[in-house]
Amino acid sequence: MGKIAVSCEEPALDSRIDPRFGRAAGFLIVDPDTLEFSYVDNGSSQAMSRGAGIQAAENVFRSGAKIVLTGYVGPKAFQSLSAAGIQIGQNLENMTVRQAIEKFKAGDVDMASSPNRMGHGA
Amino acid sequence: MKVAVASGKGGTGKTMVSASLVSVWRSPVIAMDLDVEEPNLHLFLHPEIKGKRTANMEIPVADESRCSQCGKCAELCQFKAISLMGKIILTYQEMCHGCGGCIAVCPEGALSPGYRELGEILWGRTNYGKFLMGRLRVGEAMSPPLMRQTKIRLTEMTDLNGTDVIIDAPPGVSCPAVNAVMDSDVILLVSEPTPFGLYDMKLAHQAFSQLNKPMAAIINRAGLGTSEMAGYCKSSGLEILAEIPYDRGIAEAYAGGRIIADIDGEFRKLFTGLADKIKSIPEASGRRGVPNG
Amino acid sequence: MVEIVVLSGKGGTGKTSLTAAFAHLSYNHIICDLDVDAPDLHLILKPENIRTEAFFAGHKAMIIREKCENCGICQEMCRYGAVSEISGYPFIDQIKCEGCKVCVSFCPSNAIDFCEKQCGNWFQSDTRFGPMIHAQLFAAEENSGRLVALLREKAKETARQKKLDLILSDGPPGIGCPVISSLSGASVAVLVTEPTPSGRHDLERVADLCAHFRIPAGVIINKSDLNMAQADSIGKFCAQQGLTLLGRLPHDPVITHAMINAKAVTEYDQGEFSGRVAEIWNEIEALSGYKSIKLMNDNK
Repeated sequence: MGKIAVSCEEPALDSRIDPRFGRAAGFLIVDPDTLEFSYVDNGSSQAMSRGAGIQAAENVFRSGAKIVLTGYVGPKAFQSLSAAGIQIGQNLENMTVRQAIEKFKAGDVDMASSPNRMGHGA
Repeated sequence: MKVAVASGKGGTGKTMVSASLVSVWRSPVIAMDLDVEEPNLHLFLHPEIKGKRTANMEIPVADESRCSQCGKCAELCQFKAISLMGKIILTYQEMCHGCGGCIAVCPEGALSPGYRELGEILWGRTNYGKFLMGRLRVGEAMSPPLMRQTKIRLTEMTDLNGTDVIIDAPPGVSCPAVNAVMDSDVILLVSEPTPFGLYDMKLAHQAFSQLNKPMAAIINRAGLGTSEMAGYCKSSGLEILAEIPYDRGIAEAYAGGRIIADIDGEFRKLFTGLADKIKSIPEASGRRGVPNG
Repeated sequence: MVEIVVLSGKGGTGKTSLTAAFAHLSYNHIICDLDVDAPDLHLILKPENIRTEAFFAGHKAMIIREKCENCGICQEMCRYGAVSEISGYPFIDQIKCEGCKVCVSFCPSNAIDFCEKQCGNWFQSDTRFGPMIHAQLFAAEENSGRLVALLREKAKETARQKKLDLILSDGPPGIGCPVISSLSGASVAVLVTEPTPSGRHDLERVADLCAHFRIPAGVIINKSDLNMAQADSIGKFCAQQGLTLLGRLPHDPVITHAMINAKAVTEYDQGEFSGRVAEIWNEIEALSGYKSIKLMNDNK
């Protein structure tokens, strides 16, 4: 299974999920089998007020992750991730990164076929 | 002479003043609405629209088969309108500011010019002369490029020698407002003597000062609120050209889509007097008759 | 968390005065002034500043004269007419510069600087009605859409920290970039209009925008007695468009008197006008699904 990028508030498995994809503090890039992880800072996207989702999608792409787990994805980020063949699990909130990975492994995360948030600076 | 009617705060009577000035202007005049987000001048001048055109902005269209994924375009773009995801080039046309940099920088000729609609430019005639307006497409975020194209249309309509232009500018003091007034010869600030009105007029006065153009104030709804407004104008050298009284009749006439100068002789005199004062303002040197895109 | 944005399209419809009244009437909220271009809400709320931060956005290009070889490429390539020649050298008009970096990238002598610039300040404050996030863009600056997005971000952050359930925002005028930035992802838009041709025209445009971004919207017709026929027609328009008519308010100078006294109208006067504003606020709560906890306790 490919690596999973989870939007998070802090660089730890027990960090809370940051439900915002584009404006997440960072991404934990997790190997779902071993739970080994690395951290990608997303500060470059947070600092932008437009195009944050596109920037975040580029950051995730560079990390090599094949799956994203997050809360909300806007239309531009969705388009970017889809174009790169990255699958998106959305509507995840109020849980830790570890819980999100477990939920995903149990097959309980809805994989998105369309963005769940309107774009433009939100 | 190009006269820009502006205001820091919205709803101070900017459009009402513009419409009335156009109606009493004694020499040939073009009424031009550059409040492209919310153009309202036509609602009072009732122009017969004779022509219109779509205003477009150039955006890049990618030909993936020619793209070598060098990433130069995405690196140059300051607005995140192009993104390279591995081997795939993505363009986000609504993010584009139309700078043309990506098309120029691409070594493979993989980007060619396409267009995004900004809005429309309409022109025609009113009872008082020619009329011109820009109207932003709903959902479009960028008004300055549409304003630039509307100004270009103005230069096509007349050589501007012997014809004056009255510009209804957008409210506020940021980029679009400055864009609307920056090619004018005189800037009029319409305000009302309330705390909001005073604060916003100070902002506008400060913002437009850097353009080095003659400025003057028009106080609407005079007698409504505080007297601090007059004090500010006096201390900052802003001449008050006219005071329009606070009057429910005016509010009702405006609500009915009427031009205030048409209510009665008293108001007509007020605006003809204002027009004469505006014409006597010495213009900023060297600007007269210079068309500016 | 519920986010209510008050908009009007046209200025001067009473948007800010009504936002101040809503701030007075509701509890457990953070107040946000998103009209960063010409903010006025602070004139009523008199915020006490607890934090000031510089706002940087975009870049500006500047010619380094010593390096410039006067080839003219910058002037040729600038789409914004920002480069002109002054005493034999190119000069970049900072007001016209879009910050696109094209001249910087194509300058063969690396003679153009591209520096980040401060466009304004934003503030975190306390008011008698609760915490407030607001800003002031520097004169003639652009990028207000970016600043609006930043303020909303900061408001959400503060609301999370302080466990507040409601963000109440005074939105910018117009329908352009700052308005789109203030609206996208909000829970409810409250549109304040007046029965004038401009008020009606602008309402239609803002309503279109709300529909475009799929934001539920309610309408307040202020100064409704100025033109009853137009007010009725706006009411019909709302019904056709699926906009909730939140209520009508008369043309009443009390709103100006309250402003001059730096008070919310509901705070300044307990008369009929204020009563109607309170009823409208209840309608807004119903529309947004938000319920002020304190308010329920107060009302028993």
